[in-house]
Amino acid sequence: MRAVFPFSAIVGQDDMKRALLIAAVDPGIGGVMVFGDRGTGKSTAVRALAALLPQMRATKGCVYHCDPDADAGACTEDCPSRSAKGAVKTELLPTPVVDLPLGATEDRVVGALDLEQALTRGEKRFEPGLLAKAHRGFLYIDEVNLLEDHLVDLLLDVAASGENVVEREGLSVRHPARFVLIGSGNPEEGELRPQLLDRFGLSVDVKTPSVLADRVAVVRQRDAFDRDPKGFVAAWTKKDAAVRAKIEKARASRGDVALPDEAVERASALCMKIGSDGLRGELTLIRAARAYAALEGAEAVTDAHLRAVAIPALQHRLRRNPLDDVGSAPRIERALAEMFDA
Amino acid sequence: MTLAASGRYDPWADALRAAALLAIDPDGLKGAIVRALPGPPRDAWLAALRAMLPADAPMRRAPAHIDDERLLGGLDLAATLAAGRPVSSRGLLSESDGGVVVLAMAERCSSATGARIAMALDAGEVVGRDDRHAARFMLIALEEGVESDERAPDVLAERMAFALDLDGVRVLSTAMPTAAQIAAARVDLSRMKAADNRIIESICTAAGAFGVNSARAAMFTLRAARAAAALAGRGVVEDEDLSLAARLVLAPRARSAPPDQAPEPAPPPEESADDSTPVDQAEANAAADRVVDAVQSALPAEFLAQFLEARAERRVEARSRGAGAAAKSARRGRPLGARAGTLRTGERLDLVATLRAAAPWQPLRRREAVASSAALVLVRRGDFRIRRFVQRLESTIIVVVDASGSAALQRLAEAKGAVETLLADAYVTRARVALIAFRDSSAEMLLPPTRSLSRAKRALAELPGGGTTPLATAIDAASVLAQSERAKGRTPLIVFLTDGRGNVGRDGATGRVQAEADALVSARGVRAANLAAVFIDTSPRMRPGAGALAAEMGAVYAPLPFVEAGAVASVVRAHAPARR
Repeated sequence: MRAVFPFSAIVGQDDMKRALLIAAVDPGIGGVMVFGDRGTGKSTAVRALAALLPQMRATKGCVYHCDPDADAGACTEDCPSRSAKGAVKTELLPTPVVDLPLGATEDRVVGALDLEQALTRGEKRFEPGLLAKAHRGFLYIDEVNLLEDHLVDLLLDVAASGENVVEREGLSVRHPARFVLIGSGNPEEGELRPQLLDRFGLSVDVKTPSVLADRVAVVRQRDAFDRDPKGFVAAWTKKDAAVRAKIEKARASRGDVALPDEAVERASALCMKIGSDGLRGELTLIRAARAYAALEGAEAVTDAHLRAVAIPALQHRLRRNPLDDVGSAPRIERALAEMFDA
Repeated sequence: MTLAASGRYDPWADALRAAALLAIDPDGLKGAIVRALPGPPRDAWLAALRAMLPADAPMRRAPAHIDDERLLGGLDLAATLAAGRPVSSRGLLSESDGGVVVLAMAERCSSATGARIAMALDAGEVVGRDDRHAARFMLIALEEGVESDERAPDVLAERMAFALDLDGVRVLSTAMPTAAQIAAARVDLSRMKAADNRIIESICTAAGAFGVNSARAAMFTLRAARAAAALAGRGVVEDEDLSLAARLVLAPRARSAPPDQAPEPAPPPEESADDSTPVDQAEANAAADRVVDAVQSALPAEFLAQFLEARAERRVEARSRGAGAAAKSARRGRPLGARAGTLRTGERLDLVATLRAAAPWQPLRRREAVASSAALVLVRRGDFRIRRFVQRLESTIIVVVDASGSAALQRLAEAKGAVETLLADAYVTRARVALIAFRDSSAEMLLPPTRSLSRAKRALAELPGGGTTPLATAIDAASVLAQSERAKGRTPLIVFLTDGRGNVGRDGATGRVQAEADALVSARGVRAANLAAVFIDTSPRMRPGAGALAAEMGAVYAPLPFVEAGAVASVVRAHAPARR
């Protein structure tokens, strides 16, 4: 295993880090879209997060590493949890992070007939694809705006339903596939379809740090890591462990974070004010605020939490006038200032 | 910043130095783009690189159209058929572990293939279905494009430290380090201490001055400088190493002029001083200045004027070749799954899919088969699966707008709006948009064909207007652009936004009669080239002249006295090349 750059050693990029942590706390948030130039540490952050996430308890022997609690009985037929009598054996596995390469075939993503079984034994058996591998983890797509349309549609559909349904080559398989979709892309290379963008829960922009000190820090950290990966990772283990503990605690307490009526009203008022389409924005805003409040160890969602997540939750859902040069973020910021500072 | 001021700059010597640095630190520098047509400089450079590497390091050549199986590894078909079970083979990338992958004709490499190679470069390994193989290789991407926009995918370009242009470079017999010296430098490099702040700061400052924002570029500069120091037998990085590294890494990436040439907002130096004393700071600034000088010395003299702008555009352009409508084709393009079918000439069998189709029937067929059949797998005609490929089929909408005369400003603003509206749904219509404006004696391409809205906005921010009407010149310019787009396999559509009243002839002389005659000749050229066109007549009152001109070029004639962005966009949409 190659050493992975530690999450806590990433300089700056707070918006991206916060969005990723929120998605780690509440996978139901619906994925994160990261827009930004090359070389801004998008891939590094995603891989770092994966390395830091707590291990997960999975049914032993299940190809989908299903959750013994949530998936019990709901997994596919050959899952041991179906046939086992009494307690199901479990094991601890690292959270999967699957890279979806551009140009991946549908076979590879969805899964296909297992050739070996079919040829040698004449058995029809399903060979799981990348979606199965990503179950309960993250599916990372670099340059999602260059991915084939039909694949993006397929991914979004599975991400939304949490289930992969395969009907092909005489196979009829459905298996759980709940994952956090993380996309990255560079807007200079073509826009993303709005209906696609809307399906992502959060959207953040990453920029190259404009302060020299930050740039120097980025290079220095990276250089230190390249020179001695093991030593560098060891030096940051403590900080990473603290972040991990924060995620674990937030996962446990997320359900207990109170959601006062006025917070919901505030969220709705904000969405109406900026004119975001549909209810998805409001729902995501509240969900993200709650996850963020849990991360911060708060007991209830407050204005500060709403404010912190408003831009990532809403900026990609505003109807954009192509002739308007002002991006969505300033519009939201203005609305936030009017509402909260008054 | 002339070449003379900073000493002689010898591209061949620098190219050789780049090869030496690559040989010393292949893991950190990752590779180089070598732009040159096949010929002595390129061969000499590759041979020099080879000579500096350990004798047993593999050097494999990969064609740009290499398929994923061969690149990353996959099913070994022959072995699979013989064994009756899947046998996997290693791909070219993992076979080249510890050596060099030479990607031939990198400008023809698809972004998907580029992304896969990039992933392997990042990870240093190739992950297969069930296994992973080490793949720490150096990538040499050979660009052979004649057109300036024929470039290797950006996803790769970004990940390689150097970009060398060997076209027209004179190969001199320059002394170069031997493999043994390189090996010694490798050892020295591994013992070198971490770079001090001053070095990193000057690299970051210089990178910022040239508009190079990627953290990767700064890392490459640092590692190249360190490799240079190791090569020179120094334990620490000196200015000389830093200059060489900056010349090799930053100069090809430069996007803007340094602050003393253009008012580029450079990061204020005082912000950087959190743990360094003022003396260090002054030193760092001086070092940064020397690095900036080094980069400038490697840049062609006319760089700051137009070269730079063109380069920035080229980069974006080359990359945005990305997505477009796709035509299904039997032979070319990217693979798009397989379907059942018969094997006809020119079709390609998808063996794996065919085996998959045949597999479930094996026990049944074996029972029926004659005992003498020795075949391991019984394949019937109905199992054949044919490979299908997708080919990019893009369209380019060329908007030609009349920027002359009194109505120019309003017309220009609306044309700009129309371009942006068209681009906004470019994802759906799969079109690129270009804008040509004409006034006085020339037609100017304000926006080269692009799909990027953010880029268009930048280019369109300022549109000059007023003056005479060189209609014929504009028609010619549009026709040339349209034909060059067609040569690239895109379907062009020219949209004229004018009242059709030219008053400047082809030769630049004013005069309505000659101008209108020239316009008709140019219009005939459009029809002769069989280019699709839409002529939007913007004059307040319709005139027969404009209609005749439209007819002459075989264009659709649409009088639109009150030009309005939305209306223009919908007219264009109605006539845009059909999506497939």
